[in-house]
Amino acid sequence: MVEGESTSGVVVVNELIKQFGGFAALRGVTAEFAAGKLYVILGENGAGKTTLLRTIAGLAQPTRGTISVLGVPIVKQVCSQIGYMAHPSLLYDEMSGMENLTYFAGLYGIGTSRCREVISAVKLDPDLARPVGQYSQGMRQRMSLVRALLNDPMLLLLDEPFSNVDSRSAQEMTALLAQLRDRGKTLLVVTHQPGLLESVADEFVWMEQGKIVDRTSRLRAGMP
Amino acid sequence: MSFLAITRATLAKDVRLEWRSKDAINSMLFFALLVVVIFSFSFDPTAEESRRIAGGLIWVAFLFAAVVALNQTWARELRNQVLDAYRVSPAPANPLFLAKAFGNFIFVGVLEAVMTPLFIAFYKLRALGPAWELAPIAALGTWALVVNGTFFAAMSLRTRSREIMLPLLLFPLSIPALLGMVNATTAVLTGEESARFWIALLVAYDVVFTIACLLLFETVLEAE
Repeated sequence: MVEGESTSGVVVVNELIKQFGGFAALRGVTAEFAAGKLYVILGENGAGKTTLLRTIAGLAQPTRGTISVLGVPIVKQVCSQIGYMAHPSLLYDEMSGMENLTYFAGLYGIGTSRCREVISAVKLDPDLARPVGQYSQGMRQRMSLVRALLNDPMLLLLDEPFSNVDSRSAQEMTALLAQLRDRGKTLLVVTHQPGLLESVADEFVWMEQGKIVDRTSRLRAGMP
Repeated sequence: MSFLAITRATLAKDVRLEWRSKDAINSMLFFALLVVVIFSFSFDPTAEESRRIAGGLIWVAFLFAAVVALNQTWARELRNQVLDAYRVSPAPANPLFLAKAFGNFIFVGVLEAVMTPLFIAFYKLRALGPAWELAPIAALGTWALVVNGTFFAAMSLRTRSREIMLPLLLFPLSIPALLGMVNATTAVLTGEESARFWIALLVAYDVVFTIACLLLFETVLEAE
């Protein structure tokens, strides 16, 4: 699928522009992301990858252009179908992992049994009674992934999920993401380590200066 | 999850975080204690003079001390960008606002419970009017401070100098409430007039500003 091509996408972005004051972080992005696929979004720092994810998640409003998620133009209406993992952990440092998960699960009307289910799927084996502030950075990342998966979302937006994660955990996370994709979920993953996802990604999307400049099914030379 | 359940869960989470960190309570107590001690050294009023000025002193001390707690309320939501986790959830905005306001009400209430006996001891206070009226005055006055304070603290959340911005926004708007609190307290302490008018003013102020804050909070939360 190339930029501008029309298919029925889970996410449809049309001429999306996002400005912060005089700076344009996104400069007319048009793209569609289909169901049951894993997209890896690449690009140098400042290319607009995180802004694109935040805008799709409904955390930033487009300056111009439109976004439709799961066929609905107002993201808030389908936010229970979206899982978002940001670069920061989005967790309270003073609370334990389980306390964090119980609180966030409550916002989705989900019980604690689902928390345990996802913790087990992510193969997280820390002492969850400890405050998150005492976790290693890698454990925080995985706990953050657990939080994003709590609502069993149809669309998963992951910003740098592998940063500070050891190689074994990264492989386990990759396998989990592939499983989710096989179950029909759509995943948009921003990463600077595309090699980790090379075997499972359906498409690599290359961004430069706020635009999508290339989409390919294989990681090519010139990409990081 | 219902509106009430989210409010309760968020309030419980905030109380737990404050119990563990004691950021707001400790700062408020030290600040208010300093005000009491400094004022008591600055002048040595007679019992009659004390009754006339104590209302003003006590409420100004609580107002300044409350600003510390109000700034903390949202600062902990900014660490690790946890607020984004709430924003991407299907939970409505107002339970978050109400939970924060109730949380601040509890924290400032604790401050008042600890500091009031000290004020009474330092200024040798004794109410000549109906002392029971001090309870509704305290409750209504505290709510007036925290409801606007919580709202304006959220508004100044994304500004660079939010510690300065909050008092700049809050204090001018709190003048009618402060007049009500001070005059009602003075009326009860001196017994010279009825505090009913000032209590009615506080009720009206609380109702108007609670409704206004609830109507506007979602816009503030979603603002970039």
